[in-house]
Amino acid sequence: MTLRHRVIACLDVAAGRVVKGTRFLDLVDEGDPAELAARYAAEGADEIVFLDIAAAPEGRGTLLDVVERTARTVFVPLTVGGGVRSVEEMRDVLRAGADRVSLNTAAVADPVLITRCAERFGRQAVVVAIDARRRTAGESWEVVVRGGRQPTGLDALTWAGRAVELGAGELLLTSMDQDGTQAGFDLAFLHAVSRRVPTPVIASGGAGGPADFVAAVQEGGADAVLAASIFHRRLVSIAEVKSAMAAAGLPVRPVGGLAA
Amino acid sequence: MSAAGPRLALLDYGAGNLVSIEQALVAVGAQVGRATGPADLRGVDVLVVPGVGAAAPAMARLAESGLLEPVREWLAAGRPYLGICLGLQLLFEASDEDGARTFGRLPGRVERLAGVLRLPHIGWNSVERGGPHPLFAGIPPEACFYFVHSYAGLPPGGLEHPAVLGSTTHGGSFPSALVDEALVGVQFHPERSGPDGLRLLANALAILGGSTAFRPSPATAGPA
Repeated sequence: MTLRHRVIACLDVAAGRVVKGTRFLDLVDEGDPAELAARYAAEGADEIVFLDIAAAPEGRGTLLDVVERTARTVFVPLTVGGGVRSVEEMRDVLRAGADRVSLNTAAVADPVLITRCAERFGRQAVVVAIDARRRTAGESWEVVVRGGRQPTGLDALTWAGRAVELGAGELLLTSMDQDGTQAGFDLAFLHAVSRRVPTPVIASGGAGGPADFVAAVQEGGADAVLAASIFHRRLVSIAEVKSAMAAAGLPVRPVGGLAA
Repeated sequence: MSAAGPRLALLDYGAGNLVSIEQALVAVGAQVGRATGPADLRGVDVLVVPGVGAAAPAMARLAESGLLEPVREWLAAGRPYLGICLGLQLLFEASDEDGARTFGRLPGRVERLAGVLRLPHIGWNSVERGGPHPLFAGIPPEACFYFVHSYAGLPPGGLEHPAVLGSTTHGGSFPSALVDEALVGVQFHPERSGPDGLRLLANALAILGGSTAFRPSPATAGPA
């Protein structure tokens, strides 16, 4: 057999709680991150991602506590992103129990941060998250930061290639146009990045139904697929996604750890 | 060894996430302490060496903490050692990743995975076994384990080397589970591989500690 395509459950965390709503507004408390991570792991998630969407310096201790509680109860990989700005902060998150750290805004502001983190912890521990918005004309995307609120002028494909050259071991690609729409991933964006870089890429933003995940891999070239709200609201289960992927001939790890 | 089972030292040399492996060892019933210096190895029965990343900084940090020579002596004495990911890679002679000289307890070098488009190798993959072995007792052949690496140790003869117990395919095939006397090494992360990973950890400790006291935690174990 070969490497399985990962189905990743993402939890937006603020002040130590899972929140949802629209992604950055009208946040509603949805529960304890460690408990929800355990639920997703039991339902067959191949990896859990925590995104600290508040990313406030005063909340770091709370985040580290959540990471450690989760790592002590959930035996699947955990990636943590949001507000990591230095090698020391990355070290703290890893020591709390994260396997990998995702860099976003800080990497755009200081690209060599990617290299410093990769040299210290290995490239496999460094995920670079790229939030992108489609430009009005043609197949071109712009990097946006601060949760999508701030355009950077950076071309997303150029930045993707640069991030990998600097040491990123994986890219987490979120289409801000599709995010929250349930209209499907931006397949053209995924395809444009995945054919350009030698690392794996994670598709994020826009998943509505199981067929969207299949398309992200088959048409977008994604190695892994991620969703937050549709899993959270139980609109689609991880098992349904994996069944659709398996039916399309894509290798997945069966839910429950047992062969289908 | 006490009646409660062997004592484990988890080598803490600043190599990232120790929480997961520590908790997984506790979940299978082990007594675990962290070893940050040579004194912490006293009275210890099994050394557990985790870690991710490159070999050179790991060897440098082991030297800084005074653990390099004690670990070398531990291996020379043939004492029980469980190596996970980088903890396995350090057992080979050297690493192509950064040229580091490593412990040389196993012959061969750590080489970049060959014949593959995308690296790192991140995610869940199978381990093909040559035959039944206590390390995989109770674990179905189709079980998946979590990998996150770009390099792997390759002994002379490759997968035919007698220490190689299992192999994994990503592009080409590489050894992913090795057993040699009192040494167990896995390239994947059993502590991040769900119930099958916990079962494998319990099996490894039973082999290394000469004890059958270990069991997957009832709360997390899948069907045996």
